[in-house]
Amino acid sequence: MNSTTTISASSAKGKTVSGITRATLLKDLRLEWRSKDAINSMLFFSLLVVVVFSFSFDPTAEESRQIAGGLVWVAFLFASVVALNQTWARELRNQVLDAYRVSPAPPNSLFMAKSLGNFVFVVVLEMLMTPLFIAFYRLRSIGPAWQLLLVAALGTWALVVNGTFFAAMSIRTRSREIMLPLLLFPISIPAILAMVQATTAILNGEGARFWIVLLVTYDLVFTTSCLLLFETVLNAE
Amino acid sequence: MTDHAPVITVTNLIKQFGRFAALRGVTAEFDGGKLYAILGDNGAGKTTLLRTLAGLNHPSSGSFTILGANRFRDVCDQIGYMAHPSLLYDEMSGMENLAYFARLYGISEAGQRCSEVIRAVGLDPTLRRPVGQYSQGMRQRMSLARALLNEPKILLLDEPFSNVDLRSAGDMVRLLVELRDQGKTIFVVTHQASLLEGAADEFVWMQSGKIIGRTQALTAPEPGA
Repeated sequence: MNSTTTISASSAKGKTVSGITRATLLKDLRLEWRSKDAINSMLFFSLLVVVVFSFSFDPTAEESRQIAGGLVWVAFLFASVVALNQTWARELRNQVLDAYRVSPAPPNSLFMAKSLGNFVFVVVLEMLMTPLFIAFYRLRSIGPAWQLLLVAALGTWALVVNGTFFAAMSIRTRSREIMLPLLLFPISIPAILAMVQATTAILNGEGARFWIVLLVTYDLVFTTSCLLLFETVLNAE
Repeated sequence: MTDHAPVITVTNLIKQFGRFAALRGVTAEFDGGKLYAILGDNGAGKTTLLRTLAGLNHPSSGSFTILGANRFRDVCDQIGYMAHPSLLYDEMSGMENLAYFARLYGISEAGQRCSEVIRAVGLDPTLRRPVGQYSQGMRQRMSLARALLNEPKILLLDEPFSNVDLRSAGDMVRLLVELRDQGKTIFVVTHQASLLEGAADEFVWMQSGKIIGRTQALTAPEPGA
């Protein structure tokens, strides 16, 4: 080993919340790109749902518009649980989470980076699966399609922000894969209801304003609550 | 440069996991600029003491001050912690791991700093292999490099020599002695105490969650002493 005289270089401190969030997000994206743990499982699961449901039903275009909102979001909800479980699992291998805990990095940077990472994973899934849903169920929106993008973004954030938080809560439990849906699904009911109703309303050319406002409110309330509580969850034993 | 004022003061520290008490009233003062070897059988409370000092376990009762602060968080950028697991991402190379942790500590010129600490522990910073493909000994050394990244005043090292070959372990001890001579305070939990004979300033003996003695030489304290 070399002399330690070479390791006494000064290290100016310039850490920022956004810088650490970005570094952690990029690290997570790099880990996922190399392992593809989450995205492969999510894709496989969603593909199964699309294919099985398309064999189970043979809906008309009108019926498709009525049921597509529910089908799509249930598929994405279950698939996102796979990604959410992976998110903290990689921090538990080699106890890397402890390295973050002993560092001066703010806990909320970790939470935001994880939530944004999960958002990216689920959005990628949605971008890949939505054309399949459209093809299999012969979907055509009567209402403004751009509103579907808004609902997708707000709904996805609702799922991942709570999911990231509850996945963090359940990492120290023995059966965390079971615990996450048990905690996440009940609290996500208002968001899921809003997502499904908004999607159905837009597909059928009806107004979805109320449901979009509900989603925005839900996102604001739960993002704030999760940010306030995350440090306690991270440092819990 | 050495500073022999107490840097850690532990007062009646108790840590319970359910009904099991891992620490049963540890009281001690540790001076700065010294190398302490913490010894004891499995379950003696060595790792729990280290994790509590590192802010990873909350004391059930009692208190400690570290570098004058009551909360680890207030001084965490001055402390380096190495655990028994590597605390590294298997999918990334050593350099990528350290570059990420350097960001957490806000270290500027991170690339240069990472190269320095990787070389200091005897590894090659240009190694592109992911850490998951390292030997256990290489992982241990990279883990030590991570702990050194922020130029800590206090180093808390849990089993740094486990699975490391004798020559490399000897190199690690020499590195720790150099760091001690630079004024750093180093705590080493180990079952390979003989490696630190002649290097450690003090051997702290633990048993059943208590410190049962502190010796200058590697000689277990007399029972009841």
